[in-house]
Amino acid sequence: MPNTQQLKDLTTQVRRDILRMVHKVNSGHPGGSLGCAEFFVALYSEIMDRKDHFDMDGIGEDLFFLSNGHISPVYYSVLARSGYFPVNELNTFRLINSRLQGHPTTHENLPGVRIASGSLGQGMSVALGAAQTKKLNKDSHLIYSLHGDGELQEGQNWEAIMYAAGNKVDNIIATVDLNGQQIDGSTDDVLPMGSLKAKFEAFGWTVVEINEGNDIEAILKGMAEAKSKTGQGKPVCVLLKTVMGHGVDFMMHTHAWHGKAPNDEQLARGLEQNPETVGDY
Amino acid sequence: MKTYTNTGNKDTRSGFGAGLTELGKTNENVVALCADLIGSLKMDDFKANHPERFFQVGIAEANMIGLAAGMTIGGKIPFTGTFANFSTGRVYDQIRQSVAYSDKNVKICASHAGLTLGEDGATHQILEDIGLMKMLPGMTVINPCDYNQTKAATIAIAKHHGPVYLRFGRPKVANFTPEEQTFEIGKALHLIDGTDVTIVATGHLVWEALEAAKVLNAEGISAEVINIHTIKPLDNEAIIKSVSKTGCIVTAEEHNFLGGLGESVARVLATNKPTPQEFVATNDTFGESGTPEQLMEKYGLNSDAIVKAAQTVIKRK
Repeated sequence: MPNTQQLKDLTTQVRRDILRMVHKVNSGHPGGSLGCAEFFVALYSEIMDRKDHFDMDGIGEDLFFLSNGHISPVYYSVLARSGYFPVNELNTFRLINSRLQGHPTTHENLPGVRIASGSLGQGMSVALGAAQTKKLNKDSHLIYSLHGDGELQEGQNWEAIMYAAGNKVDNIIATVDLNGQQIDGSTDDVLPMGSLKAKFEAFGWTVVEINEGNDIEAILKGMAEAKSKTGQGKPVCVLLKTVMGHGVDFMMHTHAWHGKAPNDEQLARGLEQNPETVGDY
Repeated sequence: MKTYTNTGNKDTRSGFGAGLTELGKTNENVVALCADLIGSLKMDDFKANHPERFFQVGIAEANMIGLAAGMTIGGKIPFTGTFANFSTGRVYDQIRQSVAYSDKNVKICASHAGLTLGEDGATHQILEDIGLMKMLPGMTVINPCDYNQTKAATIAIAKHHGPVYLRFGRPKVANFTPEEQTFEIGKALHLIDGTDVTIVATGHLVWEALEAAKVLNAEGISAEVINIHTIKPLDNEAIIKSVSKTGCIVTAEEHNFLGGLGESVARVLATNKPTPQEFVATNDTFGESGTPEQLMEKYGLNSDAIVKAAQTVIKRK
């Protein structure tokens, strides 16, 4: 089991990967990716019970579904650094003939990915379906999923959220990346959603809040609490408060870097703030 | 001329229900989902016999498609059930991303397709669903003709790995497919041999094509009738072979001519063997309220329309 410093070092490396991937192809989504780096590292290094190899059915292990597929850079980096495919393949992000499509897909048989995402609002339903199959298979492992906060403006989520409570799907931990930003501005400016905690609770979910979503220890503690609340007849939601662009000072607290790549000089500054740890790809 | 006997009118949706009941007994991986239309889709038996494998999702079709996609992960074979309109247009992006692009083994089972839904009118009578579904890469599109064939198709698609759109209807129609006939996806069925004109029909229009062939035969016109139950993948060979003999073709379907069977056939012929073709299909229009018979008459989708189309296309040879 890695210690906290090792997880922090890996997170710094993941941030370097994200910056270098989007810089190389001058496209992609660094902001949300950087904000979720700690969550992904904690999830894949510590939280999930995973098999060494990848198979689509994933019987006998925890599964993860990414609903806000545009943060593919952080997903690909952590998948590669968790051993699903060679880290050198990060070099092919968004290039023609690559398995690392702009948004994640199963179409190119990339190990670690079980569903295409990118068109928003679909991942909650998919994760719940996988959770139902776990129950049918008498597989006690859990389903984890991640959703953007802006993404919850898509109505399908609320169909799924209603379904989950109504059918007591209690083997899922759905995390919402609460960074308060979306493409056109802050979520409060674009479409205020009020209290997501109150909304999830009103729909019959158990809600766990992680207020320091860029702190590894806080994530591990909060996710352990969330896990302890599974299996009690209610679906579990984690509201993970993160800072978009975290770890690169000029990218933080703004929606400006949602879908914009850094130039050479900006990349250099970003990498300087995130020195190489376990090794660049 | 070979003739077929109607063993008694039955609805194709009940064929689906019977097929699903059979699958419940024979394949423990089959699960079923329904969006508040259990009775209409004839899913009651499956629900009663396998409550643990049946999922009532409420009036939430987008969620139903996503749930079905997720359920395949771990080996289940989900059959979703709702009306054709809500199985396709309402959830197109969910099917596109979570099912087709993700190559998930989901069977989208769609009842009340086309005009023969009847009195509910155009909001529920989708005439564009074949086009929507056939355009999705990897999607198999099946439109069986009667009760027995719908039952056999339902059983057959469980054995096929990949997304399938299975389209059927509401009214009781002639049931003439032999009960024991197995269903082979993508393999057209040669129903009547003929030499003057080929009639390829799908769904409810197959029986109308058989009726039309009788009328044409009485006029001294020898019509070849082919049942194209699978629109994608299309049995190109059967179509090319038939028109090589007859030299002209009529396509018949309960669907808009834009995007339907006729267009798929036209493409095959244009690239292989250019052939005069007439389309029995709706003409870029919505439907309306009425009885199924009145609607099929008004929109030109019955045996009379097929006879006229055959007479027209023969003159174009």
